[in-house]
Amino acid sequence: MTDHSNTPRATPQTLPRASATFDDYTLSEIRRAAATGIYDIRGGGAKRRVPHFDDLLFLGASMSRYPLEGYREKCSTEVVLGTRFAKKPIELKIPITIAGMSFGSLSANAKEALGRGASAMGTSTTTGDGGMTNEERGHSTQLVYQYLPSRYGMNPDDLKRADAIEVVVGQGAKPGGGGMLLGQKITERVAGMRTLPVGIDQRSACRHPDWTGPDDLEIKIEELREITDWEKPIYVKVGAARPYYDTALAVKSGADVVVVDGMQGGTAATQEIFIEHVGIPTLAAVRQAVKALQDLGMHRKVQLVVSGGIRNGADVAKALALGADAVAIGTAALVALGDNDPHYAAEYEALGSRAGAYDDWHEGRDPAGITTQDPALMARLDPIAAGRRLANYLAVLTLECQTIARACGKSHVHNLEPEDLVALTIEAAAMANVPLAGTDWIPGRNGGF
Amino acid sequence: MNLSLKSAGSTGEETFVDLAHTPLRELNGALHKLAADTNRTLWKIANPAGRHAIAAGLDVPVTIEIDGPVGYYCAGMNKQARIIVHGNAGVGVAENMMSGLVEVKGDASQAAGATAHGGLLVIDGNASARCGISMKGIDIVVKGGVGHMSAFMAQAGTLTVLGDAGEALGDSLYEAKLFVRGSVASLGADCVEKEMREEHKALLAAKLEAAGLLGEVDISEFRRYGSARTLYHFHVDNVSSY
Repeated sequence: MTDHSNTPRATPQTLPRASATFDDYTLSEIRRAAATGIYDIRGGGAKRRVPHFDDLLFLGASMSRYPLEGYREKCSTEVVLGTRFAKKPIELKIPITIAGMSFGSLSANAKEALGRGASAMGTSTTTGDGGMTNEERGHSTQLVYQYLPSRYGMNPDDLKRADAIEVVVGQGAKPGGGGMLLGQKITERVAGMRTLPVGIDQRSACRHPDWTGPDDLEIKIEELREITDWEKPIYVKVGAARPYYDTALAVKSGADVVVVDGMQGGTAATQEIFIEHVGIPTLAAVRQAVKALQDLGMHRKVQLVVSGGIRNGADVAKALALGADAVAIGTAALVALGDNDPHYAAEYEALGSRAGAYDDWHEGRDPAGITTQDPALMARLDPIAAGRRLANYLAVLTLECQTIARACGKSHVHNLEPEDLVALTIEAAAMANVPLAGTDWIPGRNGGF
Repeated sequence: MNLSLKSAGSTGEETFVDLAHTPLRELNGALHKLAADTNRTLWKIANPAGRHAIAAGLDVPVTIEIDGPVGYYCAGMNKQARIIVHGNAGVGVAENMMSGLVEVKGDASQAAGATAHGGLLVIDGNASARCGISMKGIDIVVKGGVGHMSAFMAQAGTLTVLGDAGEALGDSLYEAKLFVRGSVASLGADCVEKEMREEHKALLAAKLEAAGLLGEVDISEFRRYGSARTLYHFHVDNVSSY
């Protein structure tokens, strides 16, 4: 429109534009690094957006296959882990387990609540770096004992009273990285269990002290089996990095169960840069791990547990459809207990964070009483009520997974298959090895793409 | 106990097992079933031939004499038992031992006594790299030398070396105490030589006595090494060590 007025007008200004590369978070991290001279440490898994199970959809039943009636026709969920060599495999009622988290990083009440919730639903929980406590053994009907590089608290008595052993090679948040527990959480009890001075910043080794590589691991597994008279299932847990080869080598080493943990899987404390830039997404790891098992003729003979970013029954169903036998949850289990609850919004803000974003778990000041060793904070978490919440959440995950499985016409959740899935993005189609929705195109298959 | 070992014959308190004919699983299974008050307190093992995990996971006060070389993890996680290897030992001998005694009459490979919480490990010959790595309370006495990175991240216990120590002794050490009579090629991060006070001489004498060496070596010839404790907390000033 022509301006007929004689009033001088200010020169038009562009709006302030923030850099997509140097966004607000990046700028804040540069300033923090410049002020402190040391890397940022936090808990949790990768927070950036990566291809995930949300990028997959189930097709459901249609003309070519018929669904099962909800509430009337059975859709089973039980899982047996450790059928390859162990005399006493683990029998779970649901395909969802609780991932390894240590007493030390978590409070005793939180560990008890995890045991209560998992046991109520007939599934297992897992120790962590720091050994087994009597509380978690007592409240977990099925307990997996982690065998970690640090060997903190490792002893043959606990090995023998465990229901399974998980040899930890790596975890999704930090493949190739060791553990870390800062001094605020090294109380007298935690220090005693780990044979360390009280209050030091504890570093855990990144690799095992007495074996290196799959040939040695085979011998190590033989030793663990000999010590436990071949009773216990032995898992090998790897962080998702080279899942095809890692799974194949774990099988070669004699594992009963392979656990693959994607980059969304949480940690108690690690460098932010490590969490966000090392390892691959869970979605990208599942099919590679399954393919390794299939190529070796070991799919369903060596069980596969997938973890890292499992949030709902759809995620569970998608992991199973891609070929996993079970999933493990960590972060979601903590949220079910009460982690990052808006009830403590003011306290999270006082810590410079907010409910839903709090990840300074290593500082031991968790208002929810979960990632702390402070007695007053810890007392805020009622292990019975929190355990009930976890059991409820696990029940919902299971019901949701069953709902989807029935819609796909499956009488057992393990009957879900890749053919039930399509992808919303080319990336997810390529990673999950399923067709792009509305097409029959699987990137990378039959020489395409 | 009815031990159905093809070539094993029991003579009173002594049990003989020939691993050339008896599966390792049968041997370890039988040892695990021994009651605390068993009268079968001496076991002699022939033809170990470098088998792995021999006498692993024991929890009974018996003596095991192994006539020949053993493979990885011999006496792993041992509790109470006295296990003597008349030969060389492979990787991780007495790893994660809790109590008892393990003697190696020959040399030991890497990671001898790794992560062990208690007991005494005596090696007559040399120990290879990472002897006592992540040790958590064990006492180790090596009559020869130890390889590089020995006592790496060692948390508690003692490592006594009558010979020389390789590169990076005691790297990232916590509270373990190291005594070396010979030369030390180099010290690892945060490991320093410390004053040998009377209480340390007494401690060393006790360990040497346990290993049957008291009076055979001069305690004044040893030097003590321990943690400078400068890496116990993350700090920007230590960034070159991280």
